[in-house]
Amino acid sequence: MKGKKAPVLQVNDLVVAFSMYQRGFHKKNLEVIHALSLEVGAGEIVAVVGSSGSGKSILAHAVLNLLPKNAVCSGDILYKGESLDSKKCKQLFGREIAFIPQSIDYLDPLMKVGEQVQGVYGTKERQRELFEKYQLSQETENKYPFQLSGGMARRTLISGAMMHHPDLIIADEPTPGLDLDMAMETLKHFRDFADQGTAVLMITHDIDLALNVADRVAVFYAGTILEEAPTADFIAGKEAVRHPYSKALIDALPQNSFTPIAGTQPYAGNLPSGCLFADRCIYRDEKCVGEQKMRDVSGGKVRCAHAT
Amino acid sequence: MQLEAKNITFQYTPKGPLILNDVSFHMESGERVGIVGPSGYGKSTLARILAGYETPEKGQVLLDNVPLSTKGYCPVQLIYQHPELAVNPRWKMKKILTECWNPDQELLKKMGIEESWMNRWPSELSGGELQRFCIARALSSETKILICDEITTMLDVITQAQIWNVLLEIADARKLGMVIITHNKSLAEQVCTRIISLPELNHIEQQDV
Repeated sequence: MKGKKAPVLQVNDLVVAFSMYQRGFHKKNLEVIHALSLEVGAGEIVAVVGSSGSGKSILAHAVLNLLPKNAVCSGDILYKGESLDSKKCKQLFGREIAFIPQSIDYLDPLMKVGEQVQGVYGTKERQRELFEKYQLSQETENKYPFQLSGGMARRTLISGAMMHHPDLIIADEPTPGLDLDMAMETLKHFRDFADQGTAVLMITHDIDLALNVADRVAVFYAGTILEEAPTADFIAGKEAVRHPYSKALIDALPQNSFTPIAGTQPYAGNLPSGCLFADRCIYRDEKCVGEQKMRDVSGGKVRCAHAT
Repeated sequence: MQLEAKNITFQYTPKGPLILNDVSFHMESGERVGIVGPSGYGKSTLARILAGYETPEKGQVLLDNVPLSTKGYCPVQLIYQHPELAVNPRWKMKKILTECWNPDQELLKKMGIEESWMNRWPSELSGGELQRFCIARALSSETKILICDEITTMLDVITQAQIWNVLLEIADARKLGMVIITHNKSLAEQVCTRIISLPELNHIEQQDV
């Protein structure tokens, strides 16, 4: 897949910082995403998994230019080889690039959901077709968001994004609130879109669900990617993944041993200088002190001096 | 302590569809009951009724054979699916956390709540971080029954395992009863002592799913 064409979405060395007031008029920059690179090719689903508060949603918002005003971004974000600036974003949004937001309060509370799903460029026919596809009844289109259950609102958001056969779908937690069948169904729709050439960046906590459809998995922690590997490695289990954090993720799944590791993710304003995961890691030694570079290890990329 | 829902019938508006019809349900403290069912079938509505946030049209919720009191601290506490909607956006986290009791440091540490978060606004924390506050504030010693409506769907698996391990430990120590609503089958099997399916309890023809 790589090398032939420019990937649909390419993120190079992205750094996102928020400038915050600390005391009085003193400002401080809080770096929440550091040196992040990621590619999503046409026809590919990349799942971004990782701890909550690690900046997964910020990545999505950075790509879509939705960050608040106090955010400072550096690095390149390329869409089909071209830089994605605010003007281009305006052109492409809702047409070629679709976004499925995380929280259902992204729906306009004062507008009937049918109209919201149609948006500016959509048609009623397509909206009905989509509602049918996502098992929302005809009456739903005349309801307001507060009248919908969590799962229905989620499906409404998804149908809004699918309006125009997008080339790039960025889905931020598309599955919570959906029951297993519905969630699988939604992920299958993503797979269908991907098989027709759409690139999908899927941010999710449901690792086990994501593994069913994704091509590659990127593991996020404290604002950067610790490991990027083919899905097969994650399915094979904890021996096949490279980073100790990925191993811990697999261990913590309810269907596996359900054992958490101790500690919490470091706060963005107080990051260790070396490996970000070091203070929770069982393999920690002197190699972990310096900055950890992304290394290629047996078909995947990993930021760990001990990975083999 | 036992919690009993007797023949609950509920609809949001008089003209609207029936959400729950003649639902009865019973649990003892120390039990962890999982409620499963497809989305839109009224699981969250049932949770709200059990915790006293909604009044059913017919039927009643009994705690030790007495209807839930509307005054004082409610011994049935609900932890909500969307933490960002369950906190006051104009209160700082410390005030939110200590609204009805003062959680001790040990609990906060176990939940992974950091001291530096106390002075932040809700909008400055992620969904997972907020949810830890929502869980901690419901764990007062007066709480007898805890209703968990999809409380860990927005958390990563490690935090999910951490929080459930803490919750189960507390529930066992205090003999709390828990109602657990979740879509994650393996999670339900892992934490519940009994699993019931809402569509089987609910005497209703479902059209609007």
